[in-house]
Amino acid sequence: MAKLILSMDGLVLKEINLSKERTTIGRKPHNDIQIDNLAVSGEHAVIVTILNDSFLEDLGSTNGTLVNGQPIKKHFLQPNDVIELGKYKLKYINEAPKVAAAADFEKTMVLRPGSMPKAAPAQAAAAPKADDDRTVKSAGGVAAPAPPPAPASPAIPARQGAIQLLSGANVGKELILSKALTTLGKPGVQVAVITRRPQGFFITHVEGASFPVVNGKTLDAQAHPLNDHDVIEIAGTKMEFFYK
Amino acid sequence: MSLVDAIEIVGHTDPGMVRSHNEDSIANDVRYGLAILADGMGGYNAGEVASGMATTVLMTELQQVLTHTPPFEPDEHGVEARTAAARLLRDQITKANTAIFSASQSQPQYAGMGTTLVMAVFYDNKMTAAHIGDSRLYRFRAGQFSQVTRDHSLLQEQIDSGMITEEEAKHSQNKNLVTRALGIDPTVEAELHDYDTQPGDIYLLCSDGLSDMVEDPEIGLTLETLGGNLTLAAQQLVQMANDNGGRDNVSVLLVKILKEYPAAKGLFGKFLGWFK
Repeated sequence: MAKLILSMDGLVLKEINLSKERTTIGRKPHNDIQIDNLAVSGEHAVIVTILNDSFLEDLGSTNGTLVNGQPIKKHFLQPNDVIELGKYKLKYINEAPKVAAAADFEKTMVLRPGSMPKAAPAQAAAAPKADDDRTVKSAGGVAAPAPPPAPASPAIPARQGAIQLLSGANVGKELILSKALTTLGKPGVQVAVITRRPQGFFITHVEGASFPVVNGKTLDAQAHPLNDHDVIEIAGTKMEFFYK
Repeated sequence: MSLVDAIEIVGHTDPGMVRSHNEDSIANDVRYGLAILADGMGGYNAGEVASGMATTVLMTELQQVLTHTPPFEPDEHGVEARTAAARLLRDQITKANTAIFSASQSQPQYAGMGTTLVMAVFYDNKMTAAHIGDSRLYRFRAGQFSQVTRDHSLLQEQIDSGMITEEEAKHSQNKNLVTRALGIDPTVEAELHDYDTQPGDIYLLCSDGLSDMVEDPEIGLTLETLGGNLTLAAQQLVQMANDNGGRDNVSVLLVKILKEYPAAKGLFGKFLGWFK
């Protein structure tokens, strides 16, 4: 479950669990998080929590709300964000529930209408078994899904690849393989593609009756790994692959 | 014009790099212009059962129905051809929903299983697409790659309500919550739409194992560069998802429109059809 750590001048005052769907912050006593300081408005801000995500909203406070030093009106809280209200600081901590094994995250679940309000209080549902890959969420109990890791950034081989034409009209021309896929050849005659993968570069036949030739050997339909200074022949044009 | 000459369909499914089994299921039959993809969920192997039932029930039922009633024929109520196709799909989806739901009610090991669904039927230079959940349909046309379906997911609802931006959505922890699924309730509402197709179009049906792991522009680039070789394009898409971590099952169905396929309408058209 996500929580907030309230501090002032580096002194930790309190830890607050975000167990409610709406957690209000303000000077008046009816707030969930009361901060009795004149710099804080009566109803200063609210945090709306939906399952594992929390959203902070300033309720038109006099002195405003800062997140990581920036004034905000509405903000999607990220782990370790620091919320500032006057001299008070609230650090947002959202630890990944460790209940689920690695194989278990990102399982698709069904969210049924009406289950949301019940979902907000953290019902520490039993951890699914390791071999229980996915579950369908029922209306009542909600197993807190482990957060997915940050979206995958396409892995890029450490070295940059390039090809240089060895024959034809543009002899000597260099082409850097900056895209995930680079096609070579003449459409309708013969086309091959060089794919950039985490393991390196690969050449694959795409279309045409004849297949690409690498170092004098004709390829089959399979992807073929490229090594530094391999000589490729496609549609009658020779070129050299190399790492920059 | 036979669909077999006008349309090319290629499918590829893979368990990915993390999961031990594949809960996705795909099916296609170019003779009837059908492409169906389901991404199952539920404990143990129930997800596989649900997605397998969805594709099998829909495929076998539609093969039978389409043999008798082509989707472009106005039905007995004289309803416009397009709505006839949509009605056809809706009926069969209801049937599949009932089959999965009753299995999950009668067999304790399948309790609560369900599946997402995305499917398309091609006829008369048109396509009718249906979807439930977060499996998607994309279209690549004239260099433009765009998402056709809108997910039935909590995240999409949050984006629609302006709570979060699409950029923030990529970092959300609620990626995996769908708001609709096939087989979890006695009734289900599929979202159905009709589209015109053009020669050269490539349609992509995929599970979230692809759309979560590979950015849209990369998918578009793949279809652009490898559109001439659909089998290779499908393999490449799955490979890219796996190279990026392959955290979920990955499934893709690619449909390429090779040429126009107007329906043979009326008696004369059918007569002409014999000679084609």
